Amino acid sequence: MPQVTYIEHNGTEHRIELEAGKSVMQGAIDNGIPGIDADCGGECACATCHVYVDEAWLAKCGTAGEQEASMLSFAATAEPNSRLSCQIAMSPELDGLVVRMPEAQH
Amino acid sequence: MNAPVDLDHASIAATTPLDRLDPSNPAIFRDDAWQPYFARLRREAPVHYTAESMFGPFWSVSTYKEIMQCELAHKVLSSDSLHGGITIRDRDKSLRLPMFIAMDPPQHDEQRKVVQPIVAPANLAKLEHMIRERAIRILEGLPRNETFNWVDRVSIELTVSMLATLFDFPQEERRKLSHWSDCATALPMPGGLIENEEQREAVFAEMLGAFTKLWNERVNADPRPDLISMLAHGEATRNMTPREFMGNLILLIVGGNDTTRNSISGGVLFLNENPAEYDKLRANPALIETMVPEIIRYQTPLAHMRRTATADFEVGGKTIRAGDKVIMWYISGNRDEAAIDQPDRFIIDRARPRGHLSFGFGIHRCVGNRLAELQLKILWEEILKRFPRIEVVGPAERTYSAFVHGITNLPVRIPG
Repeated sequence: MPQVTYIEHNGTEHRIELEAGKSVMQGAIDNGIPGIDADCGGECACATCHVYVDEAWLAKCGTAGEQEASMLSFAATAEPNSRLSCQIAMSPELDGLVVRMPEAQH
Repeated sequence: MNAPVDLDHASIAATTPLDRLDPSNPAIFRDDAWQPYFARLRREAPVHYTAESMFGPFWSVSTYKEIMQCELAHKVLSSDSLHGGITIRDRDKSLRLPMFIAMDPPQHDEQRKVVQPIVAPANLAKLEHMIRERAIRILEGLPRNETFNWVDRVSIELTVSMLATLFDFPQEERRKLSHWSDCATALPMPGGLIENEEQREAVFAEMLGAFTKLWNERVNADPRPDLISMLAHGEATRNMTPREFMGNLILLIVGGNDTTRNSISGGVLFLNENPAEYDKLRANPALIETMVPEIIRYQTPLAHMRRTATADFEVGGKTIRAGDKVIMWYISGNRDEAAIDQPDRFIIDRARPRGHLSFGFGIHRCVGNRLAELQLKILWEEILKRFPRIEVVGPAERTYSAFVHGITNLPVRIPG
């Protein structure tokens, strides 16, 4: 199964296996990884599953859609490599993906 | 007119013909009798049309999933004050108040981003110490073995002192902020807080005068991290008309006031109604973390948000026509058992307590949601350090409103 590594703001790393098709947000929630809140449950409606995608994986993750970009524009600490992890679906091509969490989810 | 009447709401809610059901009647919120009306709507008509009400015709969306669909449909469900804004009550066009919550993109986005840094993580960290000091001062000043109104002594006091800080408004005049907030949302009625729209406009003019003075001081000074300075220097806000400044002030005052205030009051009430939960909390204060969002869900301090369709829109098997008024009843979606386990129970240690609608979702989601949670969290930490028990000793009195779901009086006693 493809793997994802989540790095908390304090540097703590969590590596998990994530079934293709599941979202990177869901992987964090199912495995109790702190730092991703996902208040809206994956509807792209709150920006509390905000992650920074490691530069090496940015192109493979694709770009944010219109709704996602709107929500991200209201996130407190958005950067050019910011994505909402509920909108990144796991796939074999993303095996090894690394994402970092912001200081807080707003 | 505004006196509570003893009605059998459960049977009225059950027997009224569905098409005559009117969940917007402010009396059902004042009487804490809204539950059976919305339970029936969720069961029989999650998207429902009321043809006649004191607010005119409107659609009600009462289930979680359908509310979420509406939240995401901002392109066809407008918030613009030109169409009527974000509350069920239409105001005369000449009294319309532009404010960013009642705007659509792109203007909404531009203005919202001006004030957003006030609640960024770094700024919240700065505010935390100050909130704690205020909370301690307020709690230390409370009487023992004596009945007092928790709403006035704690809920209002903490929220207005916070707001005064955010605006850098004179602390000694902080109670003006709650007065203006109450006047902004009050339904005009004889003997009420305001009797007509002229009175409301006079209050707004007084508010605008006070804030224009602050604006003028700050626009000529270096930018500072208070809301007035941010608005005065923000590219998207520095050229606002006086009416727009007034609208945004009301948004920020009401947004930071009623909501947190009523959640602070609600928490005390819910713990008294659920003594086993209060015991759990005392045994494990770490549960404050999950209790805070549960309080906000259970209270739902704003009962609804309104949108106006600008094109035909399908939701829940119904077609909403362009021009129709759509009410998203957060207070009902938060009790939807399809989305929330045992929704009518107040449970302070839910697994995912933030999955509620009280802050809205989508582009208009509450800017201050983390600040609201922070205030409640700090207050409860300090309460538990001091008072093993706050006893509610009389019935809560509630706001006559279909918008602000508020508690105006909560008689309590602290044994000690």
